[in-house]
Amino acid sequence: MNAGAFLKLFARNRLAAAGGLILVFVVLIALAAPILPLQDPYAQDTADKFLRPFSDGHFLGTDHLGRDILSRLIWGTRLSLVVGLVASFGAAFFGSIIGIVAGYFGGRTDNWLMRGIDMLMAFPYILLALAIVAALGPGLTNALIAVAVVNIPFFARNIRGVTVTLAHKEFVDAARLSGMTDIRIMLSEILPNVLPVIVIAMSTTVGWMILETAGLSFLGLGSQPPVADLGSMLGEGRNALITDPHASIIPGIMIFVIVMSVNLMGDGIRDALDPRLRSGALTRPMARTLVDRDAVPEPPANPALLDLQDLRTEFRVGNRTLKALSGVSLEVRPGECLGLIGESGSGKSVTALSVMGLVASPPGVIAGGAVRYAGQELLGAPFSELRELRGNRISYIFQDPLATLHPLYTVGDQIVEAIQAHRSTPNAQARARALELLNAVRIPNAERRLGDYPHELSGGMRQRVGIAMALANEPDLIIADEPTTALDVTVQAQILALLDDLRRDRGVAILFITHDFGVVAQLCDRVAVMYAGRIVETGPTDAILDAPAHPYTRRLIACVPRLGEGRRALHAIPGLPPAVDDLPAGCAFAPRCDKATDACRTGEITLAKSAANRAVRCLYPEGDVA
Amino acid sequence: MTSTLRIRDLDKRFGGGRTLFGFGAEKPSVHAVQSANLDVASGETLGIVGESGCGKSTLARMIVGLLPPTEGRIEIEGQDYAERAGKDPAAFGKLIQYVFQDPISSLNPRKTIRQILEAPLKLLHAMPAAERGARIDDLLDAVNLRREFLDRYPHEFSGGQAQRIGIARALAAAPRILVLDEPVSALDVSVQAQVLNLLAELKREFELTYLFISHDLAVVEAVADRVAVMYFGAIVEMAPAEKIFAKPLHHYTVLLARSAPTVGRPLGAPEAEDAELPDPLNPPPGCAFARRCPAATEICRRERPPLEENGTQHLVACHNPAR
Repeated sequence: MNAGAFLKLFARNRLAAAGGLILVFVVLIALAAPILPLQDPYAQDTADKFLRPFSDGHFLGTDHLGRDILSRLIWGTRLSLVVGLVASFGAAFFGSIIGIVAGYFGGRTDNWLMRGIDMLMAFPYILLALAIVAALGPGLTNALIAVAVVNIPFFARNIRGVTVTLAHKEFVDAARLSGMTDIRIMLSEILPNVLPVIVIAMSTTVGWMILETAGLSFLGLGSQPPVADLGSMLGEGRNALITDPHASIIPGIMIFVIVMSVNLMGDGIRDALDPRLRSGALTRPMARTLVDRDAVPEPPANPALLDLQDLRTEFRVGNRTLKALSGVSLEVRPGECLGLIGESGSGKSVTALSVMGLVASPPGVIAGGAVRYAGQELLGAPFSELRELRGNRISYIFQDPLATLHPLYTVGDQIVEAIQAHRSTPNAQARARALELLNAVRIPNAERRLGDYPHELSGGMRQRVGIAMALANEPDLIIADEPTTALDVTVQAQILALLDDLRRDRGVAILFITHDFGVVAQLCDRVAVMYAGRIVETGPTDAILDAPAHPYTRRLIACVPRLGEGRRALHAIPGLPPAVDDLPAGCAFAPRCDKATDACRTGEITLAKSAANRAVRCLYPEGDVA
Repeated sequence: MTSTLRIRDLDKRFGGGRTLFGFGAEKPSVHAVQSANLDVASGETLGIVGESGCGKSTLARMIVGLLPPTEGRIEIEGQDYAERAGKDPAAFGKLIQYVFQDPISSLNPRKTIRQILEAPLKLLHAMPAAERGARIDDLLDAVNLRREFLDRYPHEFSGGQAQRIGIARALAAAPRILVLDEPVSALDVSVQAQVLNLLAELKREFELTYLFISHDLAVVEAVADRVAVMYFGAIVEMAPAEKIFAKPLHHYTVLLARSAPTVGRPLGAPEAEDAELPDPLNPPPGCAFARRCPAATEICRRERPPLEENGTQHLVACHNPAR
C-alpha cells in the first residue's frame, strides 16, 4: 500500500483524522519550544505565586513557586512526548525481538522466552514499574526504562503470534533452501511481514505509555525538580487543588488532550493497516444480496423447477465494477442433475450463491435478470419468503464442510436445528429424524456420531453430515458447490456414489458445481459450461463430452490428463481467462481461440440452439453438431 | 543406471520422547514415514502417489533437508546428507530444490520477483551482481515469463504465473534434482497443462531429475517414468509407470485407479462406507490397508507384508497381490 492510499483510508475515519490534527498541532508547538518567546520555565518569583490565568505577563498564570505555567506546560509536554515515544520504541524493539525469536524457533526457545514474559505479566504493571524504579532510583530515565519493560510483554506476545503463522509458511522453507541463515530469514523474510503489526501495536500503546510515565512522575518517581514533565506538574499542583485549581487542571487537560488524540489516531492507523478491516470483513453482510435491476424478465412459458433468466451479478468495489455474471440463463427440471462446470473465476460459485441471494452485499449486487423457483420470482420476493425457502425447498452443500459446520455444536444439534428452523418438531422427534438422516448418508455408528463435534470426524464424514443437513427438510433442489474438491479420491468416489443414490431414491434435483469433467460425466444428466461469467455451451452430458461444440469446451476437455493414456505432452490452452472488470467485446474466449476471426471480437454472440437440447455461444462451432 | 538419489531405511517419527524432566510417561508418537527405500536414476521422473496423510510430503521435506529424519540415509550423488538435514539447508539447496504446492504462499508477499530470484544466486553461488542480471533473464525466459514482471510483487500474479516464478527460483540454484510437491493441484486444468508441459521442457533442457508428488493418478501417469504408491507412511508398491497402471498388484493401487472419476465410466460404489485411515497414534498390527482390502486374509491382520519384488522391477508389499 502506498502512502497516498494509506492517508486516504486514514482520513475516512473522521475521529482519527481529528485526533491526528490535534496531535500534529501539539507536537509542532512542543518542537518549537526553544524558538518560541517563552519565559524561563525555571525562573522563580515567589512573590507572584499562584497568579490566575490571563494575568499580566503570565497567560496561563504561575505555579506555587511563581514559575510561568505556559512555558512549563510546553516544555513539559515536550518531555512527556519524548519519554512516551522512546519508551514505546524501546518496548517495541525488545518485545519484537523476543516475539520473533520465540515464534520463529518455537519449541524450547519459545517456551523459555514466553514463560519469562508470562512471569513479567503476572505482576500488576504499576507495582512492577514501582519496583523497577525503586531498584534503579527515581529519575526520568529510570521511569522510562520501567515503562518500557512493563510493556515488553504486550509486544512480545502480539509479535510471537504473528510470527508463528509466518514461520510455517512455505516461503520461509523456500528461503531456507535458498541458503538463508536463520538470522537472515528473521530479518529479511519475517520482519517485513510483521512490521505492520508492530506499527499497529505501537500506535495503540503510545498514549498508554505517556500516561504511565506521567503516573510515575506524579508519584515523584519520574522527572526530578526543577525539570518537570506533565505528570510532575500535576503532582506539584495537587497540593493546592482546592485553593488554586488551575496549577493542576491545566497539565491535566494537556495529558487528556495528548492521550486522547494519540489513541484516536492509533485506532485510525490500525483500521487503515489491518488487512481484515480494510477488506470490509467487519462490515456485516446483509441478510440477502442487494438487487438493483431495471426490469424483470418475462416469466418463461414453461417454467421448470429452477429458472435463471439473464442473471447479472456484479461486485462493486470502489469505482470498479467486477462483472462476475454477465447474463446467465439456465433451467433445472425436477429430479434432474445439472452440472455447472468452469475454471476458477468463471462465475460458477457466484451463480450458485445468487439463486438464494447469498452473495455477500456489499460488495455484491444483482444488477439484472430473475431467479424463479417453480415459477415464483425470488429476487423481488420479501425476505421472509426467501428465508422460508432457504434450507427447506432449496438447500446447499458447500466445498469445505469444516468451515460450514459450527465447531462448538455437536453434529446432532446442528441437524436438529436445520429441521426445527422450518418445522416445529418436538426435540425427541427431530433427534430421531437426525439419526435417520445420518443413516441415510451411510455414517457408521450413527447413534454415537450424533454426539460428536465436527473436528472429531474425518473430511468425508463431515461432508456426509453436510449432505444430511441439506436433506433435512426433503428439498426439491440441492445446490452442491464443489462438494468433493477438498476430499481424497477414494472418499470422493464414495460421496459421489452416495449423492447419486440419494437423488434417484428421493427424486431431488441437483445443481452440481465443479471443475472436473470426470465428476460431471459420472453424475450429471446435463451440463452447462461457463467461461468469464457466461454459459458458453449446454446440453446432455454424453453429447457434450463426445462432441463438444464450443472450442473452449473441446480444448478444456483435451487439457485433462486421463488415466490409461500413458506418458505424453498435454494439450494446454495458452493465455489466461480475461479479468472480469475488463471483458473484451464479443466472445470472451476469442483472445485464446485459434479459430477466432474479427467477427468474434465485436458485438454480442448469442447462445444459439445447435441441436436437440443443445446450445452453444460460438460463431464457428466445432464439427457437425447440427 | 546410476542413482542420483538413494534413500535407505528413511524413518520419521513425530512426537514421542518422555514428558517433563524425562521421567514421565512416554509421549504418543506418530510414525509418519516408515523405512522408505528409493533409488532415483539420473534424468528419471519418479512419481509418488498417495492420499492426504500418507506421508508423501514428510518424505519430500526430509529429502530436501527441511526436516531431519529420525533414522536412515539420504545419498545425493553418492554422499550421505542425512546428518545435515535441518541444519545446513545450503548443502541441500545446491543439489536439490523444492517446488511447493501453493504457489502464492511460497512467495514472500513483501519481496519483488527480482529479490526472490536473486537470493539463491547470491547465497548459494555467491554470484556477483553483474552476472546475476543475465542469469535472472535466462531463468525468466526458461519459464516463459516477461522481464517486466521482475519488479512486481507476488500478489499481482495469477496462480499459474506464481508457480512459474516458484519453478524459476528452484532452477536458480542450478540443482540436480527437483522435488515437485503437488505442483499443479492448486491450478486450473488449462493452466495445469501449461505448467506440466513446461516442466517436461525444463527437464530436457537442464537435464534434471524429478520427484513428482501428487494425489492425481492421471497427472502422474502423464509425467512419470516410475511410480511409488504410499499408504499410511509406507511405500506399498513401486514399478515402472506403464506396469503399475496396466497391472497394479496392490489392492490400494487398484482402488485408487478405480476411484478417479473418469469420463466414460459409470459411477459405482467402489468400497464400503467405513473406509478410513487407521488411527496413526494406534496403528494396527499387520497391513495398514487390511481393513479396507477385499483380499485380506488372516495373515494380513497379523503380519506386515514386506516390500518385495514380484515380477521384474515391480515391488509390492502385499500378502495376496492382485492378479
